[in-house]
Amino acid sequence: MNLFRNVVFIAAIAGLVAGVVLACLQAYATVPLILKAEVYEQAGGGHHHDHGAPAATDSNAMSTTAPAGDAMSSAAPAAAEAAPADEGWAPAEGFERFAFSVLANIVTGIGFALILVAVSEFAGGIGGWRQGVFWGLAGFAVFTLAPGLGLPPELPAMPAADLTQRQIWWWATVAATTAGLGLIAFRKSLPLAILAVLLIVAPHVVGAPQPDSYGTAIPEGLHHQFVVAVTVTNLVFWLVLGAVVGVVRGRFTGTATSLRDSFA
Amino acid sequence: MTTASVSLGASVSSQSRFMQLALAALLGIFVMGFVGFSHIDAVHNAAHDYRHSMAFPCH
Repeated sequence: MNLFRNVVFIAAIAGLVAGVVLACLQAYATVPLILKAEVYEQAGGGHHHDHGAPAATDSNAMSTTAPAGDAMSSAAPAAAEAAPADEGWAPAEGFERFAFSVLANIVTGIGFALILVAVSEFAGGIGGWRQGVFWGLAGFAVFTLAPGLGLPPELPAMPAADLTQRQIWWWATVAATTAGLGLIAFRKSLPLAILAVLLIVAPHVVGAPQPDSYGTAIPEGLHHQFVVAVTVTNLVFWLVLGAVVGVVRGRFTGTATSLRDSFA
Repeated sequence: MTTASVSLGASVSSQSRFMQLALAALLGIFVMGFVGFSHIDAVHNAAHDYRHSMAFPCH
């Protein structure tokens, strides 16, 4: 499992670096917009995905009516504030919430890096930071641009179709776009290039699952700002990820067989 | 795009090479699938801001 170990090692470094970069960008660009949207969400009240206010008022109501409820609410005040009872555990507001976002960024950064390194090794590997930037552009097109056309980034309290159906469409679009770009890049054949275009277009002809109604309390300006922020931060993430993979991989292969053997 | 002259783990057979790369890719898909797409409430809540910021289907 020599090769597997090398791939995991490179992906771990690249995912860590790109994940930390993305977490910083999100803290600056996207999370403030999410927090703004949650104010509208909580003001709206009846939405199925409320984060704080209803639960907090529920537990207050309980504590005033029943003495048993009083003990319960004082036992876990922080948890009740962060998570409505019907939605399970959630990180507390502030640092804990931010820390879990950073963790999610790093873990999925490594996940994306594993996919990127493995797929690029099939095509001969990423030869340096510049090739990595192009691979990063491909990753951005596959994982952000293509699914984002049908399912634009959404803020809390925005209407959306059934979750599972959207997730299926998301994965199908990612798969079709990957296949399409792969055919264009690595098969020098016109019919296959035409097939590739059909593959890339097909998910959008089928169309993403749409909500019954588009009514939302979120101002359109706020949503547009969020779409731009998400798209640009993801672009930077993918460029950094690809470039770091190229650099780290170069260090590996640059030191020739001795390093490979020592890792074997 | 196929100008890289050196490959990682060149000594392994092509079949083993395919299996190892496929395994690595599957591991990556599993990791991002779990963090970004799991329906478990606690996982969703922990990665909530991340899911929104990545435009993953959420809620």
